[in-house]
Amino acid sequence: MSAHGSHVAVGGTFLTRPVKVLLGVLAIGAVMTVWRFAVGLGPTTGLSHGYPFGIWIAFDVVTGTALACGGYGVAILVYVLNKGKYHPLVRPAILTSALGYTLAGVAVAVDVGRPWWIWRVPLYFWRWNLSSALLEVALCIMAYILVLWVELSPAFLEKWEESDNQKLASFSKKVRPILDKALLWVIALGLLLPTMHQSSLGTVMLLGGYKLHVLWNTPVLPLLFLISCISMGYGVVVMESALSSKFFRRKPETDMLASLSGVAMVVLALWLVIRLVDVAVRGVIGLAFEPTSLAFWFWLEIALAALPMVMLMAKGKRRNLGYLFQASLWILLGGALFRFVTYLIAFNPGDQWSYVPTVPELFVTLGFISAEILLYLWIVKRFPILAGKEPAPVKA
Amino acid sequence: MLDLGLLPLAMKDEALGGRLDRRSFLKICTMAAAAVGLPASAGRLMAEQAAKGVKPSVIWLSFQECTGCTETLLRTSHPQLDELILDLISLDYHEALMAPSGHLAEEARMAAMEAHDGQFVLVVEGAIPTKDGGIYCKVGGRTALDIITEAADRAAAIVAIGSCASWGGIPSSPPNPTGAMGAPGVLEGKTVVTIPGCPPNPYNFLGTVLQFATFGTLPELDDQARPKFAYGRTIHEHCPRRAHFDAGRFVQKYGDDGHRQGWCLYKMGCKGPQTHAPCSTNHFNEVVGAWPIGIGHPCFGCTEEKLAFKVGMHETVQIDRPTPPDTYAPIAAEQGEANPWAAGVAGAVVGGLVGAGLMASKKLGSDESEPSDGEE
Amino acid sequence: MTLDRRSVLKGALAAGAASVTGVAPAHASEPARAPEDAVGLLYDSTKCIGCKTCVVACHEANDLPPDNRLDPLHDAPLDLNERSKTVIKLYKGEAGERAFFKAHCLHCIDPGCVNACMLGALQKREHGIVTWDSSRCIGCRYCQIACPYDVPKFEYDHANPRIIKCEMCNHRLAEGLEPACTTVCPTGAVIFGQREDLLAEAKQRIADHPGRYEDHVYGETEGGGTQSLYLAPSNVEFTDFGLPDLGDEPTAARARTVQHTVYKGFVAPVALYGLLGFVLWRNRREAAVDQAAGEEETP
Repeated sequence: MSAHGSHVAVGGTFLTRPVKVLLGVLAIGAVMTVWRFAVGLGPTTGLSHGYPFGIWIAFDVVTGTALACGGYGVAILVYVLNKGKYHPLVRPAILTSALGYTLAGVAVAVDVGRPWWIWRVPLYFWRWNLSSALLEVALCIMAYILVLWVELSPAFLEKWEESDNQKLASFSKKVRPILDKALLWVIALGLLLPTMHQSSLGTVMLLGGYKLHVLWNTPVLPLLFLISCISMGYGVVVMESALSSKFFRRKPETDMLASLSGVAMVVLALWLVIRLVDVAVRGVIGLAFEPTSLAFWFWLEIALAALPMVMLMAKGKRRNLGYLFQASLWILLGGALFRFVTYLIAFNPGDQWSYVPTVPELFVTLGFISAEILLYLWIVKRFPILAGKEPAPVKA
Repeated sequence: MLDLGLLPLAMKDEALGGRLDRRSFLKICTMAAAAVGLPASAGRLMAEQAAKGVKPSVIWLSFQECTGCTETLLRTSHPQLDELILDLISLDYHEALMAPSGHLAEEARMAAMEAHDGQFVLVVEGAIPTKDGGIYCKVGGRTALDIITEAADRAAAIVAIGSCASWGGIPSSPPNPTGAMGAPGVLEGKTVVTIPGCPPNPYNFLGTVLQFATFGTLPELDDQARPKFAYGRTIHEHCPRRAHFDAGRFVQKYGDDGHRQGWCLYKMGCKGPQTHAPCSTNHFNEVVGAWPIGIGHPCFGCTEEKLAFKVGMHETVQIDRPTPPDTYAPIAAEQGEANPWAAGVAGAVVGGLVGAGLMASKKLGSDESEPSDGEE
Repeated sequence: MTLDRRSVLKGALAAGAASVTGVAPAHASEPARAPEDAVGLLYDSTKCIGCKTCVVACHEANDLPPDNRLDPLHDAPLDLNERSKTVIKLYKGEAGERAFFKAHCLHCIDPGCVNACMLGALQKREHGIVTWDSSRCIGCRYCQIACPYDVPKFEYDHANPRIIKCEMCNHRLAEGLEPACTTVCPTGAVIFGQREDLLAEAKQRIADHPGRYEDHVYGETEGGGTQSLYLAPSNVEFTDFGLPDLGDEPTAARARTVQHTVYKGFVAPVALYGLLGFVLWRNRREAAVDQAAGEEETP
């Protein structure tokens, strides 16, 4: 692996104008969250008996964690496939993942009816129902959050080592070597856990039974969720890297991103193949050609996976950061749509039920997104997350 | 109330103090019309007819009966029985009310039938035995079967009052040793208006007869020839205790708390759900609450052939033709409405983000102009 | 000995893929059986008069408040909800058919809600009755997704929300009483008993009155079978009542198969972890060797 030493804090002021806007959104979201706890979920959300899962689950948790799979995807490339050239992408990706997963965990705490007992889920192991896919998701995500912050800790320790605070500095110096040794096993966990829970997020909806539309109701759903989260992870990494280089006026890492996107293209192709073959093999592909709204969503998902895949086949155009950014946008949209549809559209409890998130519900979600961006900006400016001033050259 | 049936006709006039003045008479006719649901104009028509001296002839035959149906007519005041029989109709034969008896009575009947051939109203009270040639009821040496067949041929309209005359009533309850049948049963092919009940509410009868007397038409009848204005609904559909039924408050035992509070008597065997009659709205003796359920006893279905005197008093029945109130939940009730504004906001947010992303990608694309490789 | 990187990669991917798909389960789980002393309800729609005494009695026996949110004067729930553990619904057919339907928990033999519940708040307890234990629930509402009959209801409007659903008056059963609904039903449309007795009774009724009933007892096999059963009049389909047309396999079993194929005994995850650890360790060792070699080369 390449040397760790080439990360640097971006520096600069935190309270820029976009940050102020985000803080405003966060404030509204925070107020809505307080209101949710004051009066309950009923008045504040569009949730109902027919739709017990809403955008806080379908987006904040299910899609949010997939968007936070950059760390996972890059870690596979760097640590399993040993492609060291992507190493500079690791830390920012892990940061995005850590923030995304942590906020998804907070979203869960806001969503469940009795969050004051949420600590019982990991601790009361004798009550675990091992048949429950949701338990598996919960435990895995909780563990993964810990793992991500541990994986990220070298960034904090690096800065704290240089700190004026003697206690902090010496503590950091002591912990660092221990961490270095153990990090390998932590990273391995960081590869295992998302494999488990991202797929289980697909298994969760299988328990909806006949309520989950046939086109989505397949034992292959966990695999599809897993594969799409990898491609989404790469998409996020590209977008986050491009935006960082633009806003922090750094040299864009276009080569690396182009290469990464090439991998994403393969993953997208894999997803498309499995999706279409599964539907054909189960003999339900006819449904996709009936003039129903679900057929429309099915093909939209396919289109939003195929479009970026085709875009990324053009190797020449991959050199353009804007082009990569757009392709990644479609990847994220497609993956998010797939999850959204599985949880909220293909899931039909009966025509008498309908779900639309309320405005307060939306603002809580927007608040979480703002929080994540704000924390990202703050940490990236204070701690050595992004690669050193110059991006590492791409070895041929 | 005077028992006018015992007085000779001539003396009745004196007892009532002579003829009525026109105004009072008009009042009687209007009240009679209103009481039976005929339009207000009917009252005047009735009075006019009566003034012309045209009072429809009524021949009232009594067979296997208890005279309860006649008694029920005595308990009316709109019109009072005397007003009815003296001023509005010409009751030419009624064994309980007429002055003559014996052969004189029968002669009067024949004379009336001759005089008003094809124009009189034939009323039948009581069942007609048919077994062994009908010998179990004879009047003046003739069987009831015989008498009614002859009279029915010459009547303008036939009305069977009471359950006995309508479908056989008590005499016909199993084992029906006399082969008792109602008038429609023995008068095949003829229209017989039936006014079942034991006894029926007198206004069921009065409404029918007065309509015929005034307009010459019969009210709309159901498939058992019962006037729909009286028998169109079941007791259950019009019962004052229905709310208790709907809320599941039932009397379990006579005298229990529920009984004292006037709860539904369905579990006590009320036949209301299968019994067509207006008793729940038209009480008896013109006393409010004077009807079986009103005094706390389940309806026993006295108008219905398949129930009365056949099904046990305290046996529960199926609910026929439930016309449920709209407060029953449907199988899949609409649950709440999705707020279109919220949907709009959500859509706008997503659209905004995607749009911003596309703009950013354009911007990044155009910014990208440096060489990307070979700097080392 | 050096493992060829390619084969390691292949192996890792294969292990990962196989471990997350349920495409080739080892074998389907055993069909669940009702417990020996399984009790249930038999609801015969042809006998129901829609009096709703059962709804009233259920409210009383379970201390539930009246549902007067639609109309302040009347207790008129539109469906099962957090104030109603049972409700009478009316089916109105296009040809004028009318039939009443009593909605309540069917106490499945292999319940989806039990499979879903993370900490086992919902479980089949005595007599196979599915009950909810407040001390174990965190209000995630996965049970609402899992139930094919949409029975569990969540108290969305409460600060400390519960799951409300019929528990077959197990508190009354403990005192030797029958459930409230069966005790008050004036026509015996809903009765309580051992599941096998009820099933026999239901079939007997169908045999004794040909043409009166839909020739099927709902709950005998649907979704693996339920403990509370339904009889419908011959002119009404069970689907008209809102009861889904389920096959014999419980949804829980299918989801469990997918889950267990991967996680049974935690073998696959541990194996994958071991493999990942090995790969990472070997990669790092190689990198250290490369680096050392690189350092040696530079003057």
